[in-house]
Amino acid sequence: MIEVRGVNKHFGDLHVLKDINATFMPGVVNLIIGASGSGKSVTAKCIVGLHEVDTGTILYNDRNFTKMDRNERKEIRKEIGMLFQGSALFDSLTVEQNVMFPLTMFTQMTKEEMRERANFCLERVNLINKNHLLPAECSGGMQKRIGIARAIAMNPKYLFCDEPNSGLDPKTSIVIDNLIKEITYEYNMTTIVITHDMNSVIEIGDNILFIHQGLKWWEGTKEEILKTDNEEINDFVYAADFMRQIKGMLGKG
Amino acid sequence: MKIISNVGKYFIMLRYVFSRPERFKIYKNRIFDEIEIIGLSSIPLVALLSAFMGAVITLQTASNMDSPLLPVETVGFITRQTTILEFSPTVISLILAGKIGSNIASEVGTMRVTEQIDALEIMGVNSLGYLVLPKIIAGVFTFPFIILISMALSIYGGYFAGVQTGLVTQEDYVKGLRYWFSVDDINYAMIKTVVFAFIITSVSSFYGYYTKGGALDVGKSSTQAVVYSSITILLANFVLTQLLLL
Repeated sequence: MIEVRGVNKHFGDLHVLKDINATFMPGVVNLIIGASGSGKSVTAKCIVGLHEVDTGTILYNDRNFTKMDRNERKEIRKEIGMLFQGSALFDSLTVEQNVMFPLTMFTQMTKEEMRERANFCLERVNLINKNHLLPAECSGGMQKRIGIARAIAMNPKYLFCDEPNSGLDPKTSIVIDNLIKEITYEYNMTTIVITHDMNSVIEIGDNILFIHQGLKWWEGTKEEILKTDNEEINDFVYAADFMRQIKGMLGKG
Repeated sequence: MKIISNVGKYFIMLRYVFSRPERFKIYKNRIFDEIEIIGLSSIPLVALLSAFMGAVITLQTASNMDSPLLPVETVGFITRQTTILEFSPTVISLILAGKIGSNIASEVGTMRVTEQIDALEIMGVNSLGYLVLPKIIAGVFTFPFIILISMALSIYGGYFAGVQTGLVTQEDYVKGLRYWFSVDDINYAMIKTVVFAFIITSVSSFYGYYTKGGALDVGKSSTQAVVYSSITILLANFVLTQLLLL
């Protein structure tokens, strides 16, 4: 479980996060949604420690992450897997080496054990016989799947996905969304997905946090978000025509 | 103010660079990779430049020696001194600052803008230690060998040009090379080389690591890395010459 309590973050004079409070439970897919520039990525970066918070507390299973120094944080970071927007694969390493990377850095496994684990993770994301390709030789969807395989290599307790569907076609997006959902349920992870893709919201949003102008504006489930009267959420959720049509149908139903 | 802030940031960076590695074996492999990228790949360029520069130093010295009071072996002497004291350690380092410095800054900068450095940090890897330390170690260990090769080839280039053009005989050139030779000159050159290697690798890494933005900013960082490495080398050269020779 990850708890965010009273987090504030400024960049110069700009107050980006305003007293954010949230609890992210394990075994469910938690989504942070919001328009571009609303502060959702900053929220995630504060939670994983890529940005320092100005005030507030972040707790990983009651362990106060904000009070920890760099070395203490290392222990928690070994429990975190992250899928980046651009996949952030190491371009000089092969697919297999990318997945094995955290294992080589932090475990005492033999090379054979690491290879076995890497193969297991790659199979889990449906990537077979691609071990010796370089990231540049893989498609966007494949890179995302390699990113997921690398993120789960260390059996993390916490999984962060920063816009996992950006740059992907709708069909591949669904594959990635389903993978994230399955892995979350299978390993009982605390998963946080940052997205503004409404397909993802409908597909995997067990718990949704809507951030608007740096404020936690709303929280609920995917069923609730479709029925809420909140004007800002409706502007966001029903920005697309097809979503307005769904709303119309729901209204009639 | 920005310069002072950057100097402070640079020294803070060095503190993290030299903190204890997570897995020494991984670092060892990275050092060997960097030796190839930073050191071995630079040898052809250095060899070519050194041979031609040695040749030019010899030809210019010989063609400018009008006084009959100056012995012909002075050509070998001047070529040796110019090569060992300045050309090989300083000028070659400045050229390597362009080649290696831009390479390091663009590599690390690209890793920054493509979130690869964030990925390392999230995993709990000390990204500065993992990325920068092997480059510094590889630079500090390989540059002296490169500079020794440069010295040898420059002197040989001078010999070849001088003898082939008939401006100096083989005996006079070799006599000049041996004239007033001091091993301290080599030591001085090696000390400078090690310092310059450290400057090139660390300053370039600094500009790469703190890149913000996109592809355009990686280019800017790369340019800054070369400019500031070169300026720092020139300043360090002046200080070291004062300290070691005078």
